[in-house]
Amino acid sequence: MIEISNLHKSYKMGANSLHVLKGINFKVAEGELLSIMGSSGSGKSTLLNILGMLDEADEGSYILDGVHIKNLSEKLAAKYRNKFLGFIFQSFNLIGYKNALDNVALPLYYQGMARGERMDRAMSYLEKVGLADWASHLPNELSGGQKQRVAIARALASDPKVLLADEPTGALDTKTSYEVMELIQEINDEGRTILVVTHEHDIAQMTKRIVNLKDGVIIEDTLISQNRAAQNV
Amino acid sequence: MFDLDRWDEIFETIRKNKLRTFLTGLSVASGIFILVILLGIGEGMRNGIAREFEQDASNLIFVFPGVTSKEHNGLNPGRRIQLKNEDYDQILRLYGEKLDKASSVYQNWGQVLNYGKESGSYDLRGTFPAYQELENISLTSGRFIDFNDLSNSEKTMVIGNRLKLDLFKEEDAIGKIVQVSGVNFKVVGVYTDPGGEREETRAVIPITTAQKAFGGGNNINRLYLTLKPEDNFDAAVAASSQFSEELEQFLKMRHTIAPDDDSAIRINNYLENAKRFFTLMDMIRLFFWGVGICTIIAGVVGVSNIMLIIVKERTREIGIRKALGAQPISIIGMILHESIFVTAIAGFLGLIFSLALLEFVGPLIETQYIYNPTVNFTVAINTVVILVLAGALAGFFPAWRAARIRPINALRDE
Repeated sequence: MIEISNLHKSYKMGANSLHVLKGINFKVAEGELLSIMGSSGSGKSTLLNILGMLDEADEGSYILDGVHIKNLSEKLAAKYRNKFLGFIFQSFNLIGYKNALDNVALPLYYQGMARGERMDRAMSYLEKVGLADWASHLPNELSGGQKQRVAIARALASDPKVLLADEPTGALDTKTSYEVMELIQEINDEGRTILVVTHEHDIAQMTKRIVNLKDGVIIEDTLISQNRAAQNV
Repeated sequence: MFDLDRWDEIFETIRKNKLRTFLTGLSVASGIFILVILLGIGEGMRNGIAREFEQDASNLIFVFPGVTSKEHNGLNPGRRIQLKNEDYDQILRLYGEKLDKASSVYQNWGQVLNYGKESGSYDLRGTFPAYQELENISLTSGRFIDFNDLSNSEKTMVIGNRLKLDLFKEEDAIGKIVQVSGVNFKVVGVYTDPGGEREETRAVIPITTAQKAFGGGNNINRLYLTLKPEDNFDAAVAASSQFSEELEQFLKMRHTIAPDDDSAIRINNYLENAKRFFTLMDMIRLFFWGVGICTIIAGVVGVSNIMLIIVKERTREIGIRKALGAQPISIIGMILHESIFVTAIAGFLGLIFSLALLEFVGPLIETQYIYNPTVNFTVAINTVVILVLAGALAGFFPAWRAARIRPINALRDE
């Protein structure tokens, strides 16, 4: 599903340049639930942004579902993001003046789906995350866990190949974190590929594979036996 | 444009940002409002002044001779020009078709008038019956001098109201005899003049009598002329100016005056004076336009400022939308659409409100200088369209910048 080889990225900070990714190589197969770990500054968020086509690598190749992601125009990048990827952010990033249902329906709007179908689809995803009753509520009327569930429903709405989660539990308490991870595991059980960036070990243990990043290189890449979140709740 | 979802989004953002939308709209609406009101007042002032001039009619052309200031054809400067009956007759012969009314005047200043024990020094004007209309005077009793008086050189007299009060007090003046330097005149009428009391201290007699009785020979002091009416004011001014010019040339030629000698023949053209007022009015209107356009520019600047703030404020949202697969064009469209919608609605509201104000309040304005303020509807509509386009342009650059924001930067924007 994802093939990355020799990926480099550096940021210019005034006169200095900060080399963040120093040659990353890894593959992700379909249906994997993988966590990328590392302390802050290890380059894990940068990697995720490049994977999400929110940022571009300086060097190296990135193949997503057989498509070379390189030198994309804004237009094409937008199209691929919509088609291939679903994002889950630490700070949820819901649109404040839209209710839960409209937020979930937004990627479908950008796909050009007709209104009625869009709303039906969005509703079914809200049901899936258990928030059907909250469809008409605005984000600021929801708890953190509920917001993240709406964000997950939104990420799923366009039926993407890969879900990218950037510290999805970073802003949540332990109990809510586990609930969110349980949902992520369930979605993975249905066969969807999911990448989770985290620095919390217990969260990483709930995935099936851990990629450990340090100073811009992968120092460890191990398959683990998954901890089911449901048992911890 | 007809994308229902887009409209939905716009109404949603407008609902959630009522104050912002209101302020944007207010700056646009007030710009249009001020412009239309200014243009209306400008037009009203023009109408008001036009009405002033119409009231006095005053297409009068007034000719009086002076003293030459330049040597011409061997004649020295300082020569006093004396108009004659022949000048007047010749003018009637040459320009008779163009003229509406004409009269020459032979005036005797400071004549002593006697009635019984009362006496006083007054100006005596010998003239034609047309003088009544030319001076815009009306009779309070009796009649004006007529052609019969003129052809028989009758010693009849029409006196101003002030003069009548001086000599006759409360007594009826009609039919009474007034003595002027030993000559008896019969009072046939008393007149009043809108020009005021000074104009009413005169006595009017037939010009033929005046010239014979007071040694005038065939001398005349001044000419009063009006032209036949034209279709509109501008044509009247043009005809009047042209006639004055021709008349001046004619008289200068007849009296051997240098063509560039301005003091020998003076022609006072009332219409040209009016024209000067209207030119001033046009300047004032131009100034109003300038102020109005500056107001519009201020409105556009206001719109672009607010658009910049909107884009800044929505940077994060734009980032989210881009992460979810929004195309740059759809971001630009979303922001522009809202901006155009708000400016258009506000612009038309300002227009409607100001037009309504002019329509209903305009006719109630009871001042001498503003009358029936109106505004050209096409001009008003064009202004709104220009403002909307300017607003769109003002919104385009921030929108374009927003569409180019990289989603990752936008998402970091807290």
